[in-house]
Amino acid sequence: MSDDSSRPKDTEAPESATTALFEAARRSDLGLILGTLLLVYLVAALLTFTDGLNSVVGLMRTLTFLGLVYALSALALNLQWGYAGLFNIGVAGFMALGVYTMGIVVRSPDPAFGPPGFGLPLPVGIVAGMLVAALVGLIAALPALRLKADYLAIVTLGISEIVRLFLQSSAFDAFLRDTLGVGTGGGSGMGMPRNPVRELFLVDGQRGTPTALGDLVFGVFGAGGLGISNSILIDLGYIVVLAGFVIGFFVLLERLGRSPFGRTLKAIREDELVADSLGKDVNLIKIKVFVIGCALMGLAGILWFGSQGNVSPTPQFMPLLTFYVFIAVIIGGSGSNAGAVLGGIVFATVLFEGPRRAGATVRDVIDAETPASFADAVATLDPTAFLAFATDNIAPLQFVLLGLILVFIIHRRPDGILGDRIETAAAVDLSERPSEGEVDE
Amino acid sequence: MGTTDPSIVDAVRTRPGILLVALVGGLLLVDLAAKLAGVTVGPIGGALSADRLGSNLWNGLVIGLVIGLAGIGLSMTYSILSFANFSHGDLVSTGAFTGWGVAFLIAGFGDVPVRALVTVRDAGDVSAGDIGAHILTAPVAILIGLVVAFTVTAVVALALDRAFYKPMRDRDGISILIASIGAALVVRYVIQFVYGSDRRGVTASVDASNLAFGPLGLSINAHELTIVVAAVGLMLAMHFMLQHTKLGTAMRAMADNKDLALITGIPAERVVTATWIIGGGLAGASGYLYVLLRGTIQFDFGWLLLLLIFAAVILGGIGSVYGAIAGGVVIGVVFTTSTIWIPSDFNEAAAFAVMITMLLLRPEGLFGGVTTA
Repeated sequence: MSDDSSRPKDTEAPESATTALFEAARRSDLGLILGTLLLVYLVAALLTFTDGLNSVVGLMRTLTFLGLVYALSALALNLQWGYAGLFNIGVAGFMALGVYTMGIVVRSPDPAFGPPGFGLPLPVGIVAGMLVAALVGLIAALPALRLKADYLAIVTLGISEIVRLFLQSSAFDAFLRDTLGVGTGGGSGMGMPRNPVRELFLVDGQRGTPTALGDLVFGVFGAGGLGISNSILIDLGYIVVLAGFVIGFFVLLERLGRSPFGRTLKAIREDELVADSLGKDVNLIKIKVFVIGCALMGLAGILWFGSQGNVSPTPQFMPLLTFYVFIAVIIGGSGSNAGAVLGGIVFATVLFEGPRRAGATVRDVIDAETPASFADAVATLDPTAFLAFATDNIAPLQFVLLGLILVFIIHRRPDGILGDRIETAAAVDLSERPSEGEVDE
Repeated sequence: MGTTDPSIVDAVRTRPGILLVALVGGLLLVDLAAKLAGVTVGPIGGALSADRLGSNLWNGLVIGLVIGLAGIGLSMTYSILSFANFSHGDLVSTGAFTGWGVAFLIAGFGDVPVRALVTVRDAGDVSAGDIGAHILTAPVAILIGLVVAFTVTAVVALALDRAFYKPMRDRDGISILIASIGAALVVRYVIQFVYGSDRRGVTASVDASNLAFGPLGLSINAHELTIVVAAVGLMLAMHFMLQHTKLGTAMRAMADNKDLALITGIPAERVVTATWIIGGGLAGASGYLYVLLRGTIQFDFGWLLLLLIFAAVILGGIGSVYGAIAGGVVIGVVFTTSTIWIPSDFNEAAAFAVMITMLLLRPEGLFGGVTTA
């Protein structure tokens, strides 16, 4: 709607080589995603290059990690909301289910190391985590059948809070210990099994005993070469794995979206009555897609929080996490997988990490003591002191900004950055007419 | 009997879920009776004093009235503007903070620095006891605070409507719902920025503030009594407004059938404005009363309360004002009495479970979808 005016520009001849490149990147989703990442890296490098290469790479690692995990979660949500129009705001709960199940299945049965588990191999834990998330998704999908979208939103929010309250509860922990011999750790959470990527670089994950690969990598990039710390290099190794999962999710969802099943999904999203009238089993398809999406959310939770050493129900799995993922999907444009990836990266780097870094940078420049509270800051009547207070308390201001952006996008660009594309309704793209052959006009 | 039996059988056959809920409810009642009598038969029974049940029910009623009061506004915006307002919980917090700021200002003026009073003890180093906000020692301050909570929240709700919701009146419910999530973030974190993020005590404690009721063994706090009186008073005013004023009739008409109301010449925007003023104001008042009940305040308590408010509204049938009040009381009682059977970690989860069960079995609510009447 609002972009109709900008549309004709795409067809105009570019003025220079750089604009041509920019235009090409704009048209290709991959180009846009990589371009955004490059831009983020450039800004990150500009912010930290005075502290040396290690800080630059360290910041890039943090930003890339967040970008990729948000992209994963946004892709999973996009399947439910973007494809099928299922308004699930219980993302945090399904992620918690995935990562907690994985932890319980994999952790050592010895209670000496905190909450005991079943001590099974990691792949079993990951599959179990996805299955439990899918199972709870199946139970939650029952209301999805008969309820309006806003009721579904409230129900899924309720389920996510119930999950969090159960994980938080010490009574539930004690109950699990008595019956199954495993525990959740209650409010203090549980430690996560060691990341297998670490064992690629270090023998048994022990510091100081690198493997052959570890020796090679640490020698070239680490203390012997470029001077990047070993922990950052190991994290970068995990980021490669994450990137692989993002590509895997993307390909899976793209193929799903182009399959007859995916076209039915989009038909349901656009007009449920029509899809129903055409003989599609709307309810069954909705259940399927909800369950698949929940399993993917469980996996995203495992890949995200399972790699962070320790998980605890509060504040990690508060409903706010769900809204982060939603903002990522909305920015990218619901219904577009490339948009979900781009939205995840933009949200994590620009909106989530950006204000914090910018606030810290500005705070370092200001030479004033931080007032103890807002009232004290106002009472000083000194703009510098107020700025010091604002930059030291950048977190709430960042959420205000997020809220304003959410409202702005919904007002002005409800389709997001990449959501305004033309859907290919037929199995083959009919808009690409063959240049040769019969033209029946 | 002959005429009713087949219909019950039919109802059971078509809705097995309702039968299940009735069975579980019946079992819990039998168990409750056994507990009260002190009889133990297998898993059923145990010991429960009538005093504890009485105080559970009373606490449930008080919390329920506060939740129901907040639910009125949520229900009104849902029926008249057709969207689930996720910023409603933060309107509850808005009322609490602004109202208590003014109540503190009046109760502690002169003795305590103004900035500590207005920010509800965020700035400065004073204890709640120094300020002495209690209904028995500073009744005027508490009452004026309630009025301010209502007024300021009404203004904030109206401002949010003009800035965020008015430009999208004709959009679908989900889009406005997402915008309301954005509005919720804005309000909640402005509150955190201005008032700080600590949980802190608000009310002062006063000796002999309990009124004991002998025969029931019930001990009623002066604050609880204030809450019940204020909440019921506001609800009665609401009832009078809906049934006996032109505005109330217009509201009910809008909620019932918007197109028909517009054709009849009801000024839609004026009704919407009134909805935000009344709904927002009641939300603010309920937040203020909730803090009076709990004695502590925190920037996101309204947001955490929102799901319980939704539960109340859904239970009573979304869109119905009287349903919201009744639903609030039911949710409040579930919230407090569920601790008889389950650990108190789960009483919130129990309230959500009741809400989800209701949505599954009877999405139109307890009163069968009667809107605003």
